[in-house]
Amino acid sequence: MVGAGSAAGAALPGERVRISRLTRMLESEKLLAAALLAPGVVILVLFIAYPFVMAIWFSLTSIRVGDAGEFVGLANFTKAWSDTIFQVAFKNTVFYTFWATIFKFALGMWLALLLNRHFRFKRLIRASMLLPFIIPTVLSAFAWRWMFDPTFSVMNWLLFHSGVITDRLPFLSDGDWAMWCAVLVNTWRGMPFFAITLLAGLQTISPDLHEAAALDGANAWHRFWHVTWPLLMPVTLVVVVFSVIQTFSDFQLIYVLTGGGPANSTHLIATYAYQIGVASGLLGEGAALSLFMFPVLFAVVWVQLRFMKRMEGH
Amino acid sequence: MANVTIRNLNKKYDGGFHAVKDVNLEIRDKEFVVLVGPSGCGKTTTLRMVAGLEEITSGEILIGTRVINDLPPMDRDIAMVFQNYALYPHKSVYQNMAFGLQMRKYPKDEIEKRVREAADILGIGPLLERKPRQLSGGQRQRVAVGRAIVRHPQVFLFDEPLSNLDAMLRVQMRVELKRLHERLETTAIYVTHDQVEAMTLGDRVVVMKDGWVQQVGEPLELYGKPANKFVAGFIGSPAMNFVGVAITDLGGVLWADAEGLRLKVPPQMAERVRAHAGKRITLGVRPEALHPATGSDHADYSFDTAVDVVEPLGNEILVNFRAGGAPMVARVDPAVRVKAHQAIRVALDPERVYFFDEKSGAAI
Ligand SMILES: Nc1ncnc2c1ncn2[C@@H]1O[C@H](COP(=O)(O)OP(=O)(O)O)[C@@H](O)[C@H]1O
Ligand SMILES: [Mg+2]
Repeated sequence: MVGAGSAAGAALPGERVRISRLTRMLESEKLLAAALLAPGVVILVLFIAYPFVMAIWFSLTSIRVGDAGEFVGLANFTKAWSDTIFQVAFKNTVFYTFWATIFKFALGMWLALLLNRHFRFKRLIRASMLLPFIIPTVLSAFAWRWMFDPTFSVMNWLLFHSGVITDRLPFLSDGDWAMWCAVLVNTWRGMPFFAITLLAGLQTISPDLHEAAALDGANAWHRFWHVTWPLLMPVTLVVVVFSVIQTFSDFQLIYVLTGGGPANSTHLIATYAYQIGVASGLLGEGAALSLFMFPVLFAVVWVQLRFMKRMEGH
Repeated sequence: MANVTIRNLNKKYDGGFHAVKDVNLEIRDKEFVVLVGPSGCGKTTTLRMVAGLEEITSGEILIGTRVINDLPPMDRDIAMVFQNYALYPHKSVYQNMAFGLQMRKYPKDEIEKRVREAADILGIGPLLERKPRQLSGGQRQRVAVGRAIVRHPQVFLFDEPLSNLDAMLRVQMRVELKRLHERLETTAIYVTHDQVEAMTLGDRVVVMKDGWVQQVGEPLELYGKPANKFVAGFIGSPAMNFVGVAITDLGGVLWADAEGLRLKVPPQMAERVRAHAGKRITLGVRPEALHPATGSDHADYSFDTAVDVVEPLGNEILVNFRAGGAPMVARVDPAVRVKAHQAIRVALDPERVYFFDEKSGAAI
């Protein structure tokens, strides 16, 4: 018994040292942080940083499919800058992002405020609202294209037969019309995300505050403006920035709906970069085109971070 | 004139729950009325109906002579202090207090004057630029009160405003609220579940249970003449002792009998109790009406028992024992020496014995 005891006693110190070394390592905040961050960093490097760096490298060369090309400096960028289609695409991207975000936000806020009230079938409606969001974009964009189709358009048929219009509308066959149609579909698709996120934000606002404001003499508009709006601001900022980034770099919707047409009039930066870089095989030029998105998105994120910091400070 | 009249007020929630039942109340101008009762008895619901935050199922509420049932909260000229204060987290203390005046389009200098004045009264002058989350619980509470008083409303409503404060602060704020009311003389309805708060603050106290008003009266009236067993047990701490007794008539003298206990029904009660002769009723006696028997105590009002637990509180001693099959507590002078398990003879003050109907609980 004494032997067993001493044997166990002999084994224990070593064990204890091993455990305590690991524990001590994890106790150290720096090491623990490094250990926890490592997987994330690896993924980021592999799937984001590497392609990003590659894209930058491509954009500085004349690489094309089947040809490594050579270093050309900023030639791809200057070429893109003076490319009239790119200029259209850039304007389109800003236009598309601006209006789609405004509509998504306004309608999403309206829906969220509605859904935040008590009414029958509330859950059913909340759930069904997510449909546009969960249907794959490609699929829904196809459906919309069908609805906008010059010959088979359901909308034209409805409007025509109900006597609202006498001439069929050129939904996707006119550049301006097509752009607005794209904004419409993007709004339809993105609004649920706004509504659900804003709704979640609304639900964190204590009803007491609205009641206090009502007793303070605030009408519905004042309650929205003085209570809901400022308290929802952090959530608003996050969804708006998120949506701006997604919309600005949108690809699928335009690719399916118009393919950038008619006559390159609805290209976004992403679809045009794809057409040049992948469809035409000019990888270097395509990379340069797509990199024009970067400073814009960077600025958006920076502004958001500044805002958030300022709000936290107050 | 801001008297508040509540007539046959009822509230049934959507689920069918009947939270407030036939409440009638006449609150006089400048009066401080406290609604008190156990949690869930409908105090908040009543208050919220007065504020206009909850729809009235039936009945009427009047301020002055005007029925306000269909008036939205903003038009009722009422200010409310919420239990969790409900301060606007993104506004400074100043803005929190000024908001109600801004909404009512007061001129800037008038707003400033009133906010400073209220801040002075409440001692929060140095905090005006802070945000609510930079304040302690007690300070937030003051801001919430400040927000209510700057408006000079016709009626103040308080919903358990002190329940989130620690015990010391609660006692202090209780006194301050009382002082504030004496100064402002605004009609106030105050909700609490704490009977001590109710008794100290209220000009009159409304005791509620299960949506029903049990009794309305001045604090000492509730203490001295409880309308029923519930009020008797709710008001006063420690609570009144109750024991079930059988009333027997022995040659014209009424006796209250319980297991190992025989007490004479005091003469002033005899007439009312006589109707219950041969039946069981509940005898009630407050802890402060019990004391260790001395030679001068009449045997008819004394009984023998054994001490269970002794709680020495310093200014008094609570002596726990059993009598007539029920636990009882006596509140006695700290000079009295008693030990646990010691045999003791206890006497009660015959002037301060209550009887309640066993079924309805109504005072006899
Ligand atoms: N919105 C509601 N829907 C259904 N029942 C409610 C609602 N609000 C309160 N109640 C019920 O009504 C009763 C009274 O509530 P309340 O007035 O808040 O009580 P108190 O303030 O006296 O504690 C409680 O039983 C509570 O569960
Ligand atoms: Mg309550």
